Amino acid sequence: MRYEEFLRQSAQRHGDRAAIVHEEGRATYAEFDAAADRFAAALVHHADFANGDRCVLFLDNRFETAVGIFGTLRAGGIFSVINPTTKADKLAYVLNNCEAKVLVTQASLLAAARAAAAQAPSVQRIVVVGGTADADTMDYAGFVGTAPALPASRSPGIDIDLAMLVYTSGSTGQPKGVMMTHQNMVHAATSITTYLRNTGDDIVLSVLPLAFDYGLYQLLMCVKMGSTLLLGKSFAFPQKILPMLASERVTGFPLVPTMAALIVQLKNFDPAWAASVRYLTNTAAALPPAHIAKLQEMFPQARVYSMYGMTESKRCTYLPPEQLAVRPTSVGIAIPGTEVWVADDAGKPVAANVVGELVVRGGHVMQGYWRNDEATARVLKQGRYPWERVLHTGDLFRMDEEGYLYFVGRKDDILKSRGEKVSPKEIENVLYALPGIREAAIVGVPDPILGMSLKAILVLAEGAQLTPRDVMGHCAAHLEDFMVPRAVEFRDALPKTNTGKIRRAALQAEAEGRAFDAEES
Amino acid sequence: MESIEARVRTFVRENFPVSSSDVPSDQSLLESGIIDSIGVLTLVTWIEQEFDIVVADEDVVPENLDSIERIVRFIERKAAGGQ
Repeated sequence: MRYEEFLRQSAQRHGDRAAIVHEEGRATYAEFDAAADRFAAALVHHADFANGDRCVLFLDNRFETAVGIFGTLRAGGIFSVINPTTKADKLAYVLNNCEAKVLVTQASLLAAARAAAAQAPSVQRIVVVGGTADADTMDYAGFVGTAPALPASRSPGIDIDLAMLVYTSGSTGQPKGVMMTHQNMVHAATSITTYLRNTGDDIVLSVLPLAFDYGLYQLLMCVKMGSTLLLGKSFAFPQKILPMLASERVTGFPLVPTMAALIVQLKNFDPAWAASVRYLTNTAAALPPAHIAKLQEMFPQARVYSMYGMTESKRCTYLPPEQLAVRPTSVGIAIPGTEVWVADDAGKPVAANVVGELVVRGGHVMQGYWRNDEATARVLKQGRYPWERVLHTGDLFRMDEEGYLYFVGRKDDILKSRGEKVSPKEIENVLYALPGIREAAIVGVPDPILGMSLKAILVLAEGAQLTPRDVMGHCAAHLEDFMVPRAVEFRDALPKTNTGKIRRAALQAEAEGRAFDAEES
Repeated sequence: MESIEARVRTFVRENFPVSSSDVPSDQSLLESGIIDSIGVLTLVTWIEQEFDIVVADEDVVPENLDSIERIVRFIERKAAGGQ
């Protein structure tokens, strides 16, 4: 089944139910369904959209983003949601990489969108939510308001078609587009809604960006179940968000560790806020056991799920909530309908408590990285059957005697800050573009709120005069917010290997206050 | 002594590198991408230390903190012992 069919089904079953509650209002399933139809018709009418074409949604968490997702699928296309803090250069890279035909953005992001589109010849239309029609753009209302409906005979395709590209940080510094078919998404959403025991009566409050697959799946799963999604833009002011748990009778509340850290330190937490919440989820990085205990105390009715995943297979494991007290640091077992194992270098399972790479098999595993066969070959390897490929996650795990998994670390340099994957290389590349920087290394400093707080360790060129603010300002102009270092340290020299390569691993060990084993690098 | 507004502006400029020095007083710091959830926390900690006032959880709302103007008014009110 193609994913957009769930929207039609939910609209037919309960058209009057609230589908999306957002800052500007509420949309029922009937309204959401009709809006997606209009968006699909507009893509075809105004951009000559054909099955397999790409539409990039450079938008924050708003109703139009949800409409753009389902409208693109209904037009037979492939969507990609891009984080609104993405800068023009990286957006241009994405637009060129996926050869986007349509770019949808909003007035506050138009400058970056225009600059990016100017470098991307494939883009035929720029549509601006809350904008005004211009020589080179269309305003959203005009775009969706003026197209004739699509004929019922037009087929958007079948379920093995590519549905979305989710761009993720690569260790080489360039983002990679994770390819997911409709089948992949249906498989992942079915598995997750099974263990979360979701029903159409759920009301989910999400402030996670739709550009982040964890945020995106909140929408996808609600539409599949016919439940209600409250879509917030940010958790910057918890006092504005948390009372909605009570006023909207929220049942599901997905978190990342940064949000949990903000919640557990509140002194004025009102138990009434937690009363209707039946489950909390956490992924992106492990929650400290102290935060788990505190959350359980604050949300006494809620089952707390610790989960682990990566964009390449959406979600890999979850810890059944009843195991949380027994093994609080475990990320659990394979999600329903999938298999995982800890493997040696040959891909074979290792014994209990031996550290190895986590390997994942199932219908949720991506098809590869868009137009990047080399990177794809590094992570998707031959599986049991001739047609099957399994995902080598690059994450090191161990499994206890009873089959529960524990995250140990990354095989590469990737850091996690604020729950987002950060490539030190990507930031270092940006740093080297700033005149005056001779050597640069990015490390993660353990931080109770951020997980890892990013720090730049720099050696300046002779005579160069740079302040930490100059460095952070330069990064902020070229990188998404979560990649901007929060501290800068200047040194005379950085440790190096015999071949002259900077020993980032040694600096990372120093930042974590652990001894560095030179064999590591 | 510098005015409260000048101190707030200096703090915002030095801690949130996205900002330019001429942020309009009434511009939303959140919507313009100058601060995020961690930024709000940093701001609250600074206000407490710099002005020796206690910021309660329920004070951490956009009405008090989401523009230079609002931050200044909030600090003035708190420093005067008001609620």
